[in-house]
Amino acid sequence: MSSKTTRRDFIKIGAQTAAFLAIGFENLANGTGVKVKKMAHEPHIGVEINPYVLINESGKVTLFNARPDMGQGTSQSIPMLIAEELEVRLDQVEIVTSDGSAKFGSQLSGGSSSISTRYIPMRTVGAAVKEMLIQAAAQQWHVPVSACYAKEGRVYQKNKNISLGYGELVASAAKLPVPSNPTLKNPADFTQIGKSIPRPEIPSKVNGTAKFGMDVVIPGMLYASIAHAPSIHAKVKSYQGEKAIASPGVKFVLKTERKMPHASTEAVAVLADSYWAALKGKRLLNIEWESTEADSMNTDKYFNQLKEAGKNPGYEYKESLTGDVNKAFSQATQVIEAAYQTPFLAHAPMEPENATVYVQDGKVEVWAPVQGPDSLVTELAAYLGIKKENVKINVTFLGGAFGRKAYYDYVLEAAHLSKQINAPVKVIWTREDDTQQGPFRPGMLSVMKGALDVQGKVQAFEHKMNGASILNQVFQVPLDNAPDPWAEEGINLPDSPYSFPNRRNSFSLVKTKIPILWWRSVYASNNLFGQESFIDELAHQAKKDPLAFRLELLSGSPRFVAVLKKLAELSNYQQLKAQGKAVGIAIARSFSSICAHAIVVEKQGNGISIKKVYSVIDCGVPINPRNIKAQVQSNITMGLTAAIKNEITVVNGQTQQSNFHDYAVLRQGEIPEIEVFVMPSTEAPGGVGEPGLPPVAPALCNAVFLATGKRVRTLPFDISNV
Amino acid sequence: MSKYSIKLNGKKHLVDVDSDTPLLWVIRDEIGMTGTKFGCGMGLCGACTVLLNGNPIRSCSTPISSIKPEDKLISIEGLSANTNHPVQLAWIKEQVPQCGYCQSGQILAVASLLDSNPNPTDQDIDTALSGNICRCGTYQDMRKAIHEAAKMMKTTSKSKSK
Repeated sequence: MSSKTTRRDFIKIGAQTAAFLAIGFENLANGTGVKVKKMAHEPHIGVEINPYVLINESGKVTLFNARPDMGQGTSQSIPMLIAEELEVRLDQVEIVTSDGSAKFGSQLSGGSSSISTRYIPMRTVGAAVKEMLIQAAAQQWHVPVSACYAKEGRVYQKNKNISLGYGELVASAAKLPVPSNPTLKNPADFTQIGKSIPRPEIPSKVNGTAKFGMDVVIPGMLYASIAHAPSIHAKVKSYQGEKAIASPGVKFVLKTERKMPHASTEAVAVLADSYWAALKGKRLLNIEWESTEADSMNTDKYFNQLKEAGKNPGYEYKESLTGDVNKAFSQATQVIEAAYQTPFLAHAPMEPENATVYVQDGKVEVWAPVQGPDSLVTELAAYLGIKKENVKINVTFLGGAFGRKAYYDYVLEAAHLSKQINAPVKVIWTREDDTQQGPFRPGMLSVMKGALDVQGKVQAFEHKMNGASILNQVFQVPLDNAPDPWAEEGINLPDSPYSFPNRRNSFSLVKTKIPILWWRSVYASNNLFGQESFIDELAHQAKKDPLAFRLELLSGSPRFVAVLKKLAELSNYQQLKAQGKAVGIAIARSFSSICAHAIVVEKQGNGISIKKVYSVIDCGVPINPRNIKAQVQSNITMGLTAAIKNEITVVNGQTQQSNFHDYAVLRQGEIPEIEVFVMPSTEAPGGVGEPGLPPVAPALCNAVFLATGKRVRTLPFDISNV
Repeated sequence: MSKYSIKLNGKKHLVDVDSDTPLLWVIRDEIGMTGTKFGCGMGLCGACTVLLNGNPIRSCSTPISSIKPEDKLISIEGLSANTNHPVQLAWIKEQVPQCGYCQSGQILAVASLLDSNPNPTDQDIDTALSGNICRCGTYQDMRKAIHEAAKMMKTTSKSKSK
């Protein structure tokens, strides 16, 4: 490898591999816009900035994906944006996940933002490379660029039976200037975007070869199981290391730490030459824990605090403030109030948290399922006191994450242990660790108030959110005199454009030491339960059909109206109603996409059974319709689980649930039939991984009300006994 | 530590482990096949499902000492030589997996179901798969793929009998 290569030059790499054409962006990280430039690249090590496309002289195309795949499909959808413009088929390319280095900019899979933020930038990358390859061919043929076109990895001359492969063109293309403003394809000409192109990684997920973090093996590594405090924050008073170390296969017993953003807790780790040996050794530790004030953590007490907080006005969200709510309430003929409670929840990805880390000579290498390798680089560098350039992250497939694997306590644990023993360490959490240690979705309380006039029109609407703040706990942002800006997700004006003449959203912070974090759709998963259930209550109070009531209030928002009308058509809403069926609806916009569900339930014994879920999503231009449907189904399943299965409760600091027997997940026989419609659209793409979840619980509970006359205001609830 | 002989995917393996070591960790850590997954450690989620003489078992709660040398064990790696078992083909056709972590176990449970019941009803599917959790919620796509696989297997056996 030449040591003289610079990032500005295309280079010859080695005698055999020949020229690489690498291209990327500057300034993606800080969002200052797109600037395509040329750069050198060393395969899989990468010393240059932002290489997304590599082409070698044999014609092999490698595309870099900077959005880890946790099941939402980014390992296909992101490279496909490049491939569409580059004119290569996805089955012609190799896809490599980015390694966290700064050259890729932000690499977080989160906030359903992968497609919406990459749609134009990734296409621009592909289009720029294509223009260079076409220009190289045109020069070789002595014809104008307009006489050439690219298709499936080759440049063709129009009306002539001649073509050149990208591999044959790459060396000369590499000498050309990079177009700064390449022309993007007309969406009408897309051959991949908008089609349900098969995901390249699927075969590896049906034959056992897909590599998850759990499957990483590094020579010389030791397996670690960590005894975490039963009450999360307790301190280690004493333990019997002698017995554990004498256990077969155990190599080290170490007092260790779990570093979370808001706290560092004590733990004891057992490291062994097999995971089973580590687990067995852990059982012999006989740890005595010293309780701390965090042992007073209690979810019941927390919810009581929320109810108290809900009596206060809270800090209002200024942008949503409309009219004069207090005046409207004082003059209203009918005022309705209700409070809706949502519980703490664990993410429970099928793959428990795990990480393999090797710290040596001031450098660290990680092999792990993580949602944001770039932010992990920052965190690890700070934690270990080393330079960011000395951190390398190998991102594996994630066996589910739902937000959990963007919180890197488990990676830091492995780093801490590896540093102490100078060997690679693989930390594997048990399911009990995953269920009991948090971080959890915070429980919240929505205190709602609405006023109707004599015609049944909403005169005033108030939504007071009460609960813990992720921004405050995880990012230590003080919120002494202000609402948590994130907590208004799903009920702010763009997300909830109901035309209330007077409106007020507010937030009251109730702190907790229980570790909290974003959980699929974050606060929208809490907020929309109150919002869309209460809209339903108002509709019934006004003696109006809940669908018509919403349509009237949303008449100024055509995309919402279109989604609701499509949902009515898809579900045969009017016919179901005429037949006396209990069909509950809810609509929500979150992460820039609108999703509405109609859920049909029937009374069964003392409870209900869920018969069918209809769903319509408007996520802007659909990138891969089949994958969008899969994500909506996924959200419906997770939303139903959250509504009718278990919650996380904490008593005296200890999580009461431990595994799938008492923190249950819906199983095959418990899923109603689901029908999803994806709205055709040419609007900018929105999110897909989360927007299907928020409307699930309210649509279900609105149906329950129709079937039973009972209004569910606390989640979860028991569907066999409503 | 004791020596155990097990037959996995048609091949004999001699391992030297504690008698209480779960089959899961023998397959993953000793034999080095990682398609079988750890999910709960209590036989509750089915991610660790392998076939023992054709029947699905939870390898995370099956001690190695309970496996006889003549027992036939199949893990996902041994279901087919070229990812061409009808269940795998149907899974690819319907693009079932999302994160994919539970799918080895799901696929083996389905292969076993179709082996004993070539025409499963939805109820049969619910019962056979009640032990396998999918947190991504691919249940409906799995159901579709199971019926698809059943159809494929019938076509295959028909063409064989001709």
